[in-house]
Amino acid sequence: MIPVAFDYKRAGSADEAIALLTEYGEDAKLLAGGHSLLPLMKLRLAVPSVLVDVGRLTDLSYIRDAGDHLAIGAMTRHRDVEISELLASQQPLLAHTASNVGDNQVRHRGTIGGSVAHADPASDLPATLLALDATFVAKGPGGVRTIAAADFFQGFLESALAADELLTEIRVPKSPGAGWGYQKFNRRAQDWAIVGCSVIRNGTTGVALVNMGSTPLRATAVEQALAQGASAKDAAELAAEGTEPPSDLNASPDYRRHLAKVLVRRALEAAGI
Amino acid sequence: MKVTVEVNGTTYSDDVEPRLLLVHYIRENCGLTGTNVGCDTSSCGACTIHLNGESVKSCTMLAVQADGQTVKTIEGLANGDQLHPMQQAFHENHALQCGYCTPGMIMASVSLLDEIPNPTETQVRLGLEGNLCRCTGYHNIVKAVLAAAEGKVGAK
Repeated sequence: MIPVAFDYKRAGSADEAIALLTEYGEDAKLLAGGHSLLPLMKLRLAVPSVLVDVGRLTDLSYIRDAGDHLAIGAMTRHRDVEISELLASQQPLLAHTASNVGDNQVRHRGTIGGSVAHADPASDLPATLLALDATFVAKGPGGVRTIAAADFFQGFLESALAADELLTEIRVPKSPGAGWGYQKFNRRAQDWAIVGCSVIRNGTTGVALVNMGSTPLRATAVEQALAQGASAKDAAELAAEGTEPPSDLNASPDYRRHLAKVLVRRALEAAGI
Repeated sequence: MKVTVEVNGTTYSDDVEPRLLLVHYIRENCGLTGTNVGCDTSSCGACTIHLNGESVKSCTMLAVQADGQTVKTIEGLANGDQLHPMQQAFHENHALQCGYCTPGMIMASVSLLDEIPNPTETQVRLGLEGNLCRCTGYHNIVKAVLAAAEGKVGAK
């Protein structure tokens, strides 16, 4: 399968990428590792006329202790998130979630920023970043702004990023010693989740769902029940509240609602609840 | 667009369309047809090569993304007539049936052992989850990778 022809521009810096986005507007798409975008282009579901390659912006590939939080450069590959010692000790939920993305080959190319910007509700990382109340840093012609995860995912494959903005950094809290769980149900090892669930327990409990709507979703009813002292089993019964699960080859909405309850219970139990 | 890629130690320079996939560049421009196109959707792993020493799926990369980088394909593994230990292990353990997935399996396995030199059987199975064998001959493939990791090749 061959994508529709496009122009290719390689950005040498974040500023150059933003200038190219400003020049080409809605016709341009950013290319990082390409493991979300290129499959769509090969199926001709995405037909950008210009690709701005930011995959070589190695200055955006880092995982740093930034004092009160951890800072992860948008061009950091899944593999580097998966094996990061800093994340293993300070935010193991994120490292573990990254290890669930695709397969080894995919993780050698795909980036955390690409996955976030693609905003696929079936992807692993967006739900975990939502559960963690991550903050996203975007750079555009007007400067830098931060966007809370709760405000970032706006629709199916739609994020709060403007057409001329580049996601540069992901910030997550440190949660050493916190309870956590990530559950993913799929049929083939490297597939997207049919349903998934991410749980972080650090004082309060954050619960987010994969593929239960057009965006990654907080399981608000579960979180509220837990805050009021419900058991994991009882809270998990509320997992499908407020969701609009899709119907596709893999599962009906009813089956997804069932899966959500089971997976939320398992993830809560894994988190020690 | 002009791209220059080092493939198996040879430098190739070509003017390509930006939409040319790396796997087609390798097969058609470099003439190295050992790398197969299987599913063409980054699921099956038949097109696995090494980019700068790490396994990647060449059907999900553009040739222009490999500009200035180092690529190794299945043809670049052996040293003359001497098979790479992973190739030898696949041979000795009958780790192939039709052989279509084999180049990708071997490239993924070599990369896996670079990252985990002494894997458990579970780590091998997880590490090869991105490679599908439609003959379902996984048992001997896993056996071969473990044999290569333990240095148990070429003893016969």
